Amino acid sequence: MSQNAEKVLDHFSLFRSQEYVDMFENKKAFENAVPLTELQTAVDWTKTREYRELNFAREALVVNPAKACQPLGAVFAAVGFEKTLPFVHGSQGCVAYYRSHFSRHFKEPTSCVSSSMTEDAAVFGGLNNMIDGLANAYNLYKPEMIAVSTTCMAEVIGDDLNAFIKTAKEKGSVPAKFDVPFTHTPAFVGSHVTGYDNTMKSILEHFWDGKAGTEPPLVREPRDSINFIGGFDGYAVGNIREVKRLFGLMGVDYTILGDTSDVWDTPTDGRFRMYDGGTPLAAAAAAVHARATISMQEFCTQKTLAYVAKKGHEVAAFNHPMGVAGTDRFLMEVARLTGRAIPEDLTRERGRLVDAIADSSAHIHGKKFALYGDPDLTLGLAGFLLELGAEPVHILATNGTPEWAARVQALLDSSPFGKGCHVYPGRDLWHMRSLLFTEPVDFLIGNTYGKFLERDTRTPLIRIGFPIFDRHHHHRYPLWGYQGAMNTLVKILDKIFDVIDADTIVPGKTDYSFDIIR
Amino acid sequence: MDLTLDEVKARNAEVISEALSVYPDKTAKKRAKHLNVYEGDKPDCGVKSNIKSVPGVMTIRGCAYAGSKGVVWGPIKDMVHISHGPVGCGQYSWAARRNYYIGVTGVDTFVTMQFTSDFQEKDIVFGGDKKLDKIVDEIQKLFPLNHGITIQSECPIGLIGDDIEAVAKKKSKEYDGKTIVPVRCEGFRGVSQSLGHHIANDAVRDWVFEKGGDKPPLFESTPYDVAIIGDYNIGGDAWSSRILLEEMGLRVVAQWSGDGSLAELENTPKAKLNILHCYRSMNYISRYMEEKFGIPWVEYNFFGPSKVAESLRTIASHFDDRIKEGAERVIAKYQPLMDAVIAKYKPRLEGKKVMLYVGGLRPRHVIGAYEDLGMEVIGTGYEFGHNDDYQRTTHYVKDGTLIYDDVTGYEFEKFVDRLQPDLVGSGIKEKYVFQKMGVPFRQMHSWDYSGPYHGYDGFAIFARDMDMAINNPVWGLTRAPWSAGQ
Repeated sequence: MSQNAEKVLDHFSLFRSQEYVDMFENKKAFENAVPLTELQTAVDWTKTREYRELNFAREALVVNPAKACQPLGAVFAAVGFEKTLPFVHGSQGCVAYYRSHFSRHFKEPTSCVSSSMTEDAAVFGGLNNMIDGLANAYNLYKPEMIAVSTTCMAEVIGDDLNAFIKTAKEKGSVPAKFDVPFTHTPAFVGSHVTGYDNTMKSILEHFWDGKAGTEPPLVREPRDSINFIGGFDGYAVGNIREVKRLFGLMGVDYTILGDTSDVWDTPTDGRFRMYDGGTPLAAAAAAVHARATISMQEFCTQKTLAYVAKKGHEVAAFNHPMGVAGTDRFLMEVARLTGRAIPEDLTRERGRLVDAIADSSAHIHGKKFALYGDPDLTLGLAGFLLELGAEPVHILATNGTPEWAARVQALLDSSPFGKGCHVYPGRDLWHMRSLLFTEPVDFLIGNTYGKFLERDTRTPLIRIGFPIFDRHHHHRYPLWGYQGAMNTLVKILDKIFDVIDADTIVPGKTDYSFDIIR
Repeated sequence: MDLTLDEVKARNAEVISEALSVYPDKTAKKRAKHLNVYEGDKPDCGVKSNIKSVPGVMTIRGCAYAGSKGVVWGPIKDMVHISHGPVGCGQYSWAARRNYYIGVTGVDTFVTMQFTSDFQEKDIVFGGDKKLDKIVDEIQKLFPLNHGITIQSECPIGLIGDDIEAVAKKKSKEYDGKTIVPVRCEGFRGVSQSLGHHIANDAVRDWVFEKGGDKPPLFESTPYDVAIIGDYNIGGDAWSSRILLEEMGLRVVAQWSGDGSLAELENTPKAKLNILHCYRSMNYISRYMEEKFGIPWVEYNFFGPSKVAESLRTIASHFDDRIKEGAERVIAKYQPLMDAVIAKYKPRLEGKKVMLYVGGLRPRHVIGAYEDLGMEVIGTGYEFGHNDDYQRTTHYVKDGTLIYDDVTGYEFEKFVDRLQPDLVGSGIKEKYVFQKMGVPFRQMHSWDYSGPYHGYDGFAIFARDMDMAINNPVWGLTRAPWSAGQ
């Protein structure tokens, strides 16, 4: 017996005790387990070029993708508005999944309801689910807005949200004037970034274009303010707060559209806040008058930006700008659009970041990285790595389009450190596994699922992306701005130093390099 | 301070009517049937269950796909489970349930991987059968050591008229009778995860037992062969259970389905007794094996030393004296450990009140473990229980316990706010709601990334975890000292 009341053994040590090890071994007799030699041969084979070619010849099977489905992005966009309850029309299991997914990443509650469609709704349509669902959600959770999106079930049977919501309002589910923006978010088109885009656009359309025909459209009276859209971003809490700080320092008049920074960072003080923060609805409406709209994630806001541009806004689209040059471009664009100067404080911040890079770049220069994630994040990260003199050898986005790939290629071509680096649109993490075995790199950058690649290929993982389930609180720290670049630099450096230390820790063998000064 | 039983009942009844008062009338009528104050002499909990969730109320339930892929089939480690349809379902359930297993992932085992057909619009329009056909070929090429494939249907499959059964049969023939199991667990079927469990059980019956045919036995039978049914090895639960069964002299020939393999499913008909932990998710296949192969089954409960000992004796009663003596030997062996655990933690937990809301067996099964620590469960409910679960619950709960079936986010928050328990045990979606309120919380699906909780080894961890949740100094810090009021 290995368990002990004094020092309770957790799963990670309990099952290593001999009695369990023996038990596992004996269990194999019932498992029809693959003989060890055969298994080892197969393990080795999966590391080969030959396997890589078979793997890349896949046409139908997707294994360990780095993307999620549209309605997840719809929920992300919707919760960024004040007292807004996302309402996903379709099967209820989906909503359980989105809520769990966000809570595992942000370590926060995520409120969202479903219209709980079942087999009868599959046959007759989900109108009654919409009517009852809106009434219940409205009475129970007292939102100021309900933002409707769809699961693939509702899309396949072709439910008409516009008509359904109209009917529900006629039946008194919610008051006629109550804000119910809606959008179709089929899971079989695009990815979570598409769902974010569709929902953000639907909410702006709702306020700007006359609330589904119930009010006259707003007439734009251009003002000096700017709108800011962060996009689907696992670091939204830290990033949006950092952007607010930057805007504050510059004295910019701004509206954050989809402000999740307080939504997913509420205090533990004895009270559960179902709604906290978010873009005020009046501000979302007034945003039509802005002079310009800035998006930090172009591939996450393509339709939204096209819509905003049609309204007469000047549009500035970035690809998750990171690092010195990325932040420079962002701030200069903000300065140009608002006529506000970049204050000395920020110039000093920039100088401190350059200082930090100069201090540390010897450890990063020439290091090879593999990275994967959403299209904009990978572009921003790759740009920063090139700036640090690192080589982003494999850049992969499962939801990356050919347009994204061309953009990455152009970035790689612009730097001597991008030579020999490759971009992989539409590929998954099983492809990445083959890449890491056949063209090894020093470090991998990705989300929590990257730990399986770290285990298999022993490539040290630096966790940047979404979701991050197995490390806590990083979403509170920005990646954007000079300060965000500093955080990212330190994160990368810490891993590099940890790996050097782990590699040199054997006493009398390797510890001559176990230096105290690096 | 302590309320009398009558006061508790009155308070609980009042809390229910307060919660209902916010709903529109039609919904209040529906929800009223799912909420009750348990009357100690009744044969069930007095609530309706296994009924459609009301739209828009923030049900905590999931879907049939979650019940089949996420619960029953997903943990079978040497098979590739395809999430067939759009990318999301497989993504959100990817490696999230902590079904521990031994194997080289991606080579001979596949549990913590996400295989998906990643449906695109053209697959919806033209159907996905050809894609599925090709996917099986690609799995065979890239993962040749897999022992079988399951096709876990997502919502669109049943709506677009795909014939996954035909594809499964065709591909099985092409690959020498390989086990390929189509599962019709589309998320819109049924009212919760529960139908997914049933459909998954039926798929084992139809495509492993009935179509699988006779395969040469892997081992010689003994009179002491048992199968663990309905243990998903979350955080290693099935392992800390198996070790006790083996110590008492039984031989475990199969685990369903945590750390299980196709061979174990196939060989289960050789067992002399099926022992069933999660009744809700696997009673169906247990009944089938009883009818078809004459294998009796017995429910057991491995949470907390009282129930573990009781269960070991119940299991042993199906065998000869050798096993009965073995059970006593095991109970005696672990008694000092249990005494030490209780001596350490009971003084810190005695009298603490708990509210539960979980799935499967746990809303009743864990009550004994809390009671072993001197704690009291004052409210409980099932995400997807049926009437037979609520009947079984009466053996565990006390008179006056608040019962809530398919609780809504609103109700649960209200109930906890009014009953002020010392601990809530529920899921990830609920965890942060209650912690914000300053109420200690443990996830009782994933064991909050801890576990195992089953068996004697697991109880030590369970006790430690409940103590660290309740007696966490952070709960003394939730109010700023300068804030007015309480």
